[in-house]
Order: sequence, then structure tokens, then C-alpha cells
Amino acid sequence: MARELNTGAAINEAIAIAMRTDPDVILMGEDVAGGGDRSKEGTEEMGGVLGTTRGLVGEFGMNRVRDTPIAEMGLIGTAVGAAATGLRPVAELMFMDFLGTSLDPLLNQASKLRYMFGGKVKVPLTVRTVSGAGMQAAAQHSQSLYWMTTGIPGLKTVIPSNPADAKGLLLASIRDDDPVIFCEAKGILNLVGEVPEEDYEIPLGVANVVREGTDVSLVAFGATVSTAMKAAKALEGAGTSAEVIDLRSLSPIDETAILTSLEKTGRMVIIDESTPRCSIARDIAAVCVDKGFDFLNAPVKCVTAPHTPVPFSAVLEQAFLPSAQDVLDAVGEMG
Amino acid sequence: MDLSRETLIEVYRRMRTIRSFEENLQALVAAGKVGGFMHLYAGEEAIAVGVCMQLTDADLVGSTHRGHGHCIAKGVDVKAMMAELFGRATGTNKGKGGSMHIADVDKGMMGANGIVGGGIPLITGAALTAQVKGTDSLAVGFFGDGATNQGQFHESLTMAANWKLPVVYVCENNGFGEFTPTEFVVPVKDIVERAKSYSMRAVIADGMDFFDVYEKMGEAKALALAGEGPTLLECKTYRFYGHYVGDPTPYRNKEEAEDWIQNRDPLDIFERKATEAGILTTDDLREVDGDVEQLMREAVEEAEQAPMPSVDDVLTDVYVRY
Repeated sequence: MARELNTGAAINEAIAIAMRTDPDVILMGEDVAGGGDRSKEGTEEMGGVLGTTRGLVGEFGMNRVRDTPIAEMGLIGTAVGAAATGLRPVAELMFMDFLGTSLDPLLNQASKLRYMFGGKVKVPLTVRTVSGAGMQAAAQHSQSLYWMTTGIPGLKTVIPSNPADAKGLLLASIRDDDPVIFCEAKGILNLVGEVPEEDYEIPLGVANVVREGTDVSLVAFGATVSTAMKAAKALEGAGTSAEVIDLRSLSPIDETAILTSLEKTGRMVIIDESTPRCSIARDIAAVCVDKGFDFLNAPVKCVTAPHTPVPFSAVLEQAFLPSAQDVLDAVGEMG
Repeated sequence: MDLSRETLIEVYRRMRTIRSFEENLQALVAAGKVGGFMHLYAGEEAIAVGVCMQLTDADLVGSTHRGHGHCIAKGVDVKAMMAELFGRATGTNKGKGGSMHIADVDKGMMGANGIVGGGIPLITGAALTAQVKGTDSLAVGFFGDGATNQGQFHESLTMAANWKLPVVYVCENNGFGEFTPTEFVVPVKDIVERAKSYSMRAVIADGMDFFDVYEKMGEAKALALAGEGPTLLECKTYRFYGHYVGDPTPYRNKEEAEDWIQNRDPLDIFERKATEAGILTTDDLREVDGDVEQLMREAVEEAEQAPMPSVDDVLTDVYVRY
């Protein structure tokens, strides 16, 4: 039987492989080693707030695995500068909500240096960040802000849906010569699946058809892929054949895969765990209307969170998140 | 004075080139030939040149919105700079950056920056690269007094001090953040006081005196490269033409401005010291003035005649691969 890992362990393995195969790859962020100072006997490192990077400082040392102060703008900005001058940093932004305290280096520097300098510099930076709801982390530790980074030209935004993809997409992101925001959705961190042991990359910008179908397209990414799969199984019982597309990458985005599926099914539902305004879901809906109008046999449906902050109580949080039932309801409304 | 005649000629050439570049630009903007936001470095020449004469192409500098002087001091081609400001395809940035983003990474000039304080973490990252790779490159971050109120300044200096990065932070304290006097918005008398909270070495230099800046930069460089950590080098200076081209400067005292401009011009101070030491003559300096004038004439003529970028270039250089 093939080896199984959870997503966190797959991410850890991807970073270790990237660091073994390229001395320019460094890891930096708040608690990425996390104490366990080698001079303080009887202590062990935390390896990040969720333990994702545990063990890496032991293998690669403190020159390449750096705990930073809790200063997101400084740590991300320094990573941008390091990327522009010859390193290939993997910087951890502990939660995606902390974009608020780190934004300038991403919005005005990493994304624009190459363009502003007429193509004479590259910024091979990967920012790993935990996104999304599902851990009762409440309004400031649960947002899915990939729509913000996707909207910034010069950045790439990647979001895996399972452990094997997380490993392959992260290796591709680290080795990519452009700045990549790599979203680790809370909903998939504890997901367990088969993960190949070798060094492999999954190309950015290529969607994955995870389930073939003929009657309706369910476009999902990150944690909503499993929501879409649940809905697809339920639809099957009701005699509707659903196709599920895992985008894997939001920028670049695989419009061809989306439109090819729409042409086949004539009906489109996009499932996005972020809030609806200016969202990826509505962005894709616009693409379907603009470029796939003749394929459409029903209105495009967006299943998203409501336009609210993320609530704390588990009952409220589950109500906030898009569910398989929400998808079934949307399909039902299409007639 | 232990600098050679050749070195001092080069110092003066760079300072005069900066002054002349900025004076030409001012006229070009007034004539409507050059557009965009433009912040002139005139008055602060001794800092850029005093710092950069201690550097090589392998050393990296990060700059500010007032970045032309840093470019020239770091050895960036003046004609390519002028072409950039004219928005031409032959510019340093292929016409895509302009004044606030002018850069030449091959010369170690990592870019002007339109965000106040935005260049500070970038140059700190350049120092991190040098430390991780074990090279002997030095990183130098230029910024103004206003930037020292930014979080990016404090966050970067905290990290650099913790890690003893090979970086020198050069604060050009020109007394104003845009139009607001520094003392209205900065609670410390001297910017160097801020270094105490990072246990960072801090030194004040006379930013109008090349020799003072050069000497103190040399010490800071040696310490940084020896693993002794960064220095915050505060250079006291003044903007001769205000914040931007066309700034009517109603916010500054006329006598104060006249005193700086008439009595503390860094080119005059340099000329006096270099000639009194008997190393350079006024004839040497006037010859450089003539060379620089000729260079500027050519730079402007060539920039005016250079091709505009192709409109297709809007779409290029966003990503390496997409």
C-alpha cells in the first residue's frame, strides 16, 4: 500500500526536498523553527504554530531556517529583497489574515519590481499562508483572501485541495521564478491521502478534472473540492452527472478547463469559501458569461460564504461555510 | 586627506553630475518635456557620493523617491537615466519605471521606491542574501527622516540587528517629510536616538560634507562586513528645491533656506576643502563642470531622439512565465 500523509506533512516534505535540491532555498517566518534553541538543552522546536515546519531547522540549520520577529511587513519585505538578490525564500505568513500587516511588500514591491525595472529582475519568492475557516479561529484568523492576491498583477496564487497536490504544487511554486502566494486551506490540513515519495512538480495554471460528468460543472479549489465531491455523489443518486474541476491555481487560472467543461455540461456552479463580493467565484462567472455564453443552458451559480466576517461559534462557522447542501440547492435552482 | 587626485576628481564629477542632472530636469519639466512626479536630490549630493565612493558594483543600494542622486553616485549610466525620464525604450527601465522606480541592478542600484520606507526591507533582504550565501557584499539602504516613522523601518532594523546583517542604513535627514518639518512629527531630536532600541550603532554625519560622510561610511562598512552588525548613519542635509519639482516651498523659512543654499552647498564645501588641501585646483573643477555640461547636453538630445516603447510592451515583463 502506498504511503499516506496528511497535508501538513506533505508540505513539510516539499520544503525539505526543495531545500535539499537548491542551496538558495531558505525558510523564514514567525516560529518556523519556533524555539527549541540549540543552546537551550531540554527544549524542542515547535516548527510553526501548526507544526508544519517541525524538523527542518535540525536538518538545514539556523542560517537557512530563520525565526523572525512577529513583524509581518519586515519579514515579508525582507524575503522580497532576498528573492530579488539571489535567494529563493519560502516565507511563512502564519495566517492569510495577516496580509493586513504585510501588504506593502506584496502589493507594491514583489508584484511590481520586475515590471518597473523593465524585466531586469526576478522575484522567486513563495509566501506560504494558512487560509480559510474551519478551526473556530474566528474573524481575524479565518479569512480566504486569495481574491486579493489574485487581483494583483505580478503575483501568482496557488491553492491545493489534497496532500499529494500540496506537495507537487509547493515544489513547483518554490521553483517558479515569480512571486507565488501559496494558500494552505485549513479545511485540507488534516486531510490524509497517498503522497508519492519522489520529487515531483504539478504545473501552475493547470486545473484537474477530479470527476467526469455530463450534466453540470462544479468548479472548486482548496477546501471546496471535497464539498463539491460530496455534492457530486449526492447528485449522482438523484440522477444528475456532475463534473468536478479542481482549479489548483487561481493566478494563472485555467480558463480553458473551465470553458471546456461548461461546453460539455451547459451548466456551471462555482464553489468558493470566501465572501462573494469581488470573489474568484464571480470572476469565473464573468468568464463563463463573456466567453461561454453560447454554452450556457442555465444561469451561472456562485456558492460562497455570505458577505460577513467569519464567526466563532462552530454552529455559526459551519453556517458561514459553503456546504454540499448549498451546492445541491444551487443546482436545484438552475432547473 | 588621504584620497588621490583621481579619486577626488571622480567625487566631484559625480556630485556635479547629480546637480546638473537635477537642474536640467527641472527645466525639462517646466518646459513640459518630461512628465510624472519628480523629486530632486540637489543639495544632498555629498551623501550619495560619500556613501557610494565606498562601494563596488557588488554592493547593493536601495533608494527612495528622491533617487536620481543615488543612481548617479552608484555609477548608473546618465544617458540611460535621462532616456528613462523621457519615457523612452532605451531607458534604464525600458520606460516602465520612471523617476520613482529608476533602477539598474547590474550596477547594484536596486531601485528608487515610490513608497516611503518601502526600500528598507528590500535592502535588508539583500543583506540577508549576502549573509546566507557568505559573500562579502554590503547592502546600503537610503531613506529620509520621514521613513523612520514607518513600521517598515522599525521592523527591518529589528531583524537586521538581531541577525547582525551586513547592511548600513543611511538616513538623509533633510528636515522635512514632504512639507511637514521633521520636528512636528518625529519625537526624537536626532534620528540616531531610534537606534538605541535595537542596540544598533548610530552615527551622525554632516550630510553637506563629502569627507565626513565618506569617512563615517567607511567605518560603518568595515564593521558591517566584519560581522559587527549594522550602523544607522544619520546625515544632516537640506533639499535645495523642496519636495518635488514645482514645490513653491511656502512652508520653509526663507532665511533658513538661503543659509543652507548659500553657505552650506556641498559642492562649494568640497571645492573649498579639496583646493585648500592643494590636491585640486579650480581649473580642474571647471574642466569637470564643462565635461558634465557636455554630457548633459548629449543626454538630453539623445533622450529626445530615442524611440518610444512599443505599445505591446504594456504586456511584457509582468511575469517570468505565466
